[in-house]
Amino acid sequence: MSNDSLDPRVNRLKLSDANAVIKVEEGENWNVYEVFHQEKRGAHHEHVGCVHAPDPQLALVFAKEQFARRKKCVNLWVVRSADILAFDVEDEDMFANNLEKNYRDASGFKVMEKINKFKQSK
Amino acid sequence: MYGGGYIFDEPNGKQLREEQLHDDPEKLVAFEERITRGEKIEPGDWMPAEYRRQLIRLIEQHAHSEIIGALPEGTWITRAPGFKRKLALIAKVQDEIGHGQLLYNAAETLGKSREAMINDLLSGKSKYSNVFNYPAKTWADVTVIGFLIDAAAIVNQVANAKGSYGPYCRALERICYEESFHLKQGHDAFIELATGTPEQKAMLQDALNRWWQPIMHFFGPPDKTSQHSEKLMQWKVKMASNDEMRNQFLDSYVPKIWELGMTLPDPALHKNPDTGRWEYTDPDWNEFFRVINGGGPCNAERLQVRKWAEEEGRWVRKALMNPTERRSLPVA
Repeated sequence: MSNDSLDPRVNRLKLSDANAVIKVEEGENWNVYEVFHQEKRGAHHEHVGCVHAPDPQLALVFAKEQFARRKKCVNLWVVRSADILAFDVEDEDMFANNLEKNYRDASGFKVMEKINKFKQSK
Repeated sequence: MYGGGYIFDEPNGKQLREEQLHDDPEKLVAFEERITRGEKIEPGDWMPAEYRRQLIRLIEQHAHSEIIGALPEGTWITRAPGFKRKLALIAKVQDEIGHGQLLYNAAETLGKSREAMINDLLSGKSKYSNVFNYPAKTWADVTVIGFLIDAAAIVNQVANAKGSYGPYCRALERICYEESFHLKQGHDAFIELATGTPEQKAMLQDALNRWWQPIMHFFGPPDKTSQHSEKLMQWKVKMASNDEMRNQFLDSYVPKIWELGMTLPDPALHKNPDTGRWEYTDPDWNEFFRVINGGGPCNAERLQVRKWAEEEGRWVRKALMNPTERRSLPVA
């Protein structure tokens, strides 16, 4: 079919009829992988988003294109979104805790006070 | 502004469950309180059915706009004047496609599959930004798009980045960061033509004259004719009215056009010193609706090219597909 695009490349394509019905099947755009970005060696990998890919190797390739175009990046991780296990959002209250937690904090133990008291008592 | 005549269907043709048809009033109150407190809504959270549908519509059509928006510019990669402009244009077009991917992912967290969104684009059911239905006839058109269309998009995206839906906000933060380069390279190319030879100036002026109406259309119809946006504003889906964003754009960019000695084809365009707001001749809104409904100069070509890409790439996608794999939505 001929067409009169301003783009010479478009004019070379065999474009189908404007009314042609093209349907993409469910699954054709593959699976979702979560992407974790590491800014420098030794830093934590941070979740930055996701990509669609057919397997982990291509997910890494796409993740590099998508999330490492600009800022510094030394490594990426990808993992299938389906493999992420997370708590239910509704259960958030299980993280509510007793604010009185100096028994598990360094500041909860007054070592010097006791040493000074011991020294003064001599 | 990414609106249009989209009729909402439940994603992937699923039927709505009873609790999705009628929002639980107690949960609705708690939801609205969260938004008032400035909290972000995340994918697993309870949300009103209408909030979810409007967000899918907004984010999906924003994604389509990024992908279709790359077509008129991609056209010019082979003909960009000089190596530096060509490199910048390739980088920009790659960014736009990347932005489309980020936005599709954000929309997917709401339950509509990537394939369903692409099918709605190809069938014409889902819209994209109307400006991309106009042709980029000369290099000056690419310059006007790179400077002014990107500037207008940034005004909109910076506002939306403060919205209530977490995945959309996070996508927009990354997008805005990259768009700042698009705007700067567009401004740079614009200045080069505006301060260049008489032919370059004439070419730029011609492009400005042709693009001014689509740019005025960009933020959508005036507030006085826009429907039911109050609830969307309360839910922080829509962050500013069409007229507010248009005014903000004019305030920032008209002076940058005028200072270079270029003119705009609206003799009534001026800033009212008493109100601090810009006044202008209303663009032809019938033309806007005519183009959004398929009557523009490039609507057919844009979708034909997009369909061609889907058809020609299908064998690659199928060859790599693993049909037995368990699929899932993005988690955040």
